[in-house]
Amino acid sequence: MSRTSFRLALTGLAAGLSLALFQPAAQAAEGGVKPPQLSWSFSGPFGKFDRAQLQRGFKVYKEVCASCHGASLVAFRNLSQPGGPEFTPGQVAALAATYQIKDGPNDQGEMFERPGRPADRFPSPFPNEQAARAAQGGAYPPDFSVLAKARTYERGFPTFIFDIFTQYQEQGPDYIHALMVGYEEPPAGVTLLPGQNYNKYMPGHLIAMPKPLSDGQIEYPKGPDGKAPVPETVDQYARDVAAFMVWMAEPHLEARKRMGLQVMAFLVIFAGLLYYTKKKVWSRMPDGSPAH
Amino acid sequence: MSGHSSYVPKTGIERWLDARLPIIRLAHDSAVSYPVPRNLNYLWTFGGILVFMLVAQIVTGIILAMHYTANSLMAFNAVEHIMRDVNYGWLLRYLHSNGASMFFVAVYVHIFRGLYYGSYKAPREVLWILGVVIFLLMMATAFMGYVLPWGQMSFWGATVITNLFSALPVIGETIVTFLWGGYSVDNPTLNRFFSLHYLLPFMIFGVVVLHIWALHVVGQNNPTGVEVKNVQKDTVPFTPYATVKDIFGMVVFMILFSWFVFYQPNFMGHADNYIPANPAATPAHIVPEWYFLPFYAILRAIPDKLGGVMAMGGAIVVLAFLPWIDTSKIKSMSYRPIARQLFWMFLLVCIGLGYLGAMPADEPYVTISRILTVLYFGFFVALFIVGLFERPKALPTSIADAVLASAHGGSAARVATATAAEPNVKG
Repeated sequence: MSRTSFRLALTGLAAGLSLALFQPAAQAAEGGVKPPQLSWSFSGPFGKFDRAQLQRGFKVYKEVCASCHGASLVAFRNLSQPGGPEFTPGQVAALAATYQIKDGPNDQGEMFERPGRPADRFPSPFPNEQAARAAQGGAYPPDFSVLAKARTYERGFPTFIFDIFTQYQEQGPDYIHALMVGYEEPPAGVTLLPGQNYNKYMPGHLIAMPKPLSDGQIEYPKGPDGKAPVPETVDQYARDVAAFMVWMAEPHLEARKRMGLQVMAFLVIFAGLLYYTKKKVWSRMPDGSPAH
Repeated sequence: MSGHSSYVPKTGIERWLDARLPIIRLAHDSAVSYPVPRNLNYLWTFGGILVFMLVAQIVTGIILAMHYTANSLMAFNAVEHIMRDVNYGWLLRYLHSNGASMFFVAVYVHIFRGLYYGSYKAPREVLWILGVVIFLLMMATAFMGYVLPWGQMSFWGATVITNLFSALPVIGETIVTFLWGGYSVDNPTLNRFFSLHYLLPFMIFGVVVLHIWALHVVGQNNPTGVEVKNVQKDTVPFTPYATVKDIFGMVVFMILFSWFVFYQPNFMGHADNYIPANPAATPAHIVPEWYFLPFYAILRAIPDKLGGVMAMGGAIVVLAFLPWIDTSKIKSMSYRPIARQLFWMFLLVCIGLGYLGAMPADEPYVTISRILTVLYFGFFVALFIVGLFERPKALPTSIADAVLASAHGGSAARVATATAAEPNVKG
């Protein structure tokens, strides 16, 4: 290494180090703890959703979360589309019919309720934000449709650069899972006001939502041996519902990654062919003499 | 380098057309017979990559506009409609949003390449200034495009940036009201931003035509900065030489582009923009897109609002004056031992400012931002002074000589970084 580039490398290293050193200060200011990094079936270039997990996640959402959180952009029909939980169209039609959807006006100018159809979107639990806040002591439970992409945590330097190569982008589900398992007794010195709960992973630690999940709360479908194939614990519920939320936020994730592989394979081969074409073209000058 | 045309119409139709509108002659002279210095490295493929990116953005953008609704109550869900229900809508949208980032990746490489090899010096001053104009138009287009999904960062980014104009004395408030179409960022703002976001790319296209025209008048610079002396020996025809090399460069760039589009489509974005715009809730940190971060850091480094706006604007405008700021006659920094070191420091300063722009406006970031802002502008002062006394290394007598020397001398003088390896070589 020459003197100049060595000096450059040193400067770069010093700059990088100083940036890395300042990083913890920024995190402390956020008042959150980094969620543990879980392994997800849909991560990485070959990632696919685990159908059974999405179906379980939907059950958690439907039985627990949906009483406060809407998913207004998701239609019942999406549940049977390829790349999702892949319920059968019959299951979806039966499910939709259990909901009452407001429709109208009819010929008399009246609004009316009718059973849901697969084309309907999930009805929201509250008619509007004000109604939600009034029912929840001032807090507004966010809509789940794109929430898995709207939640993140600071990765910091230089981790965020490594993330380009490892394709880590599951901050959303990691955070959501962590939030579900992060409810704790407040440490000494922290007094909670009515309507506040303490959560290790919530930025600022104070969260309006009470602990929503507890072990054994939701019954999972049983396997042939009469036992559920996964444990019925808060940790598992949280993983399943987080995966389901990723699918809701990114329903075409599988199609995207599959096409990505095809595009990449094509581009790499095409680039290889072009490289040798370029070498051949550049080996001679236009008059036929060697280029070098 | 617009010399004698070598186009010979071969068919009757071509002769007929050539006598009436010599458009095939124009295409032939610009993209086939146009002489290209034979020693260009791969950094020179970024011009072609940028043309590709502009076309890609316009094509995806036109199709997205068919499905988008520019209304503050509907825009967020319109984008989600594209993502969920439009056939390959997710692909179009991610190509377009990541395309903006890739456009800036390419333009920054292109700008720093011009900076290193002195591509702004005579006779390329107008070419360079047109480039600065394109850069400004790109920034305006990208900024307004980021507002269209009407997420939290869209809304608050628009609020912060448009508010900057209020710092201008006398006319400031009027300009801001005019930009907003009212007294806050709201539906009229979204409508006019959508309209302008559709208009500006075509203005960019027009200036790109001028940029390429100017390029074809003066000819391309090259890594030695020595002008073409003998067209036969120093250049090769654009087709097939530059064509195949540019296409190879583009395809490699597409691999990088695809990596983000298909595998990390939200890496460059901000999670808060998946929260619908809410004028009543300010996000904890309002952060612009990454390509604005160095300028955002300069803006925040100055304690005075008007001063900050002037510094931020000045950081871009100063580039247009570079042909007269740089006092050295030597183009390529490969032959300028001091200026070359300044260049690499300047690059690090820009990256550092980019990092600081993403950090909260607290200590120690503010102090470091101030130091780096001084260094940013200091680079231009230093360039002015260094050019007056710097002793350049010996230049090759011609492009052909430089190519032959590198072929026979091994890797010692291949490209700029390699010449740095032996600081004491005197030709």
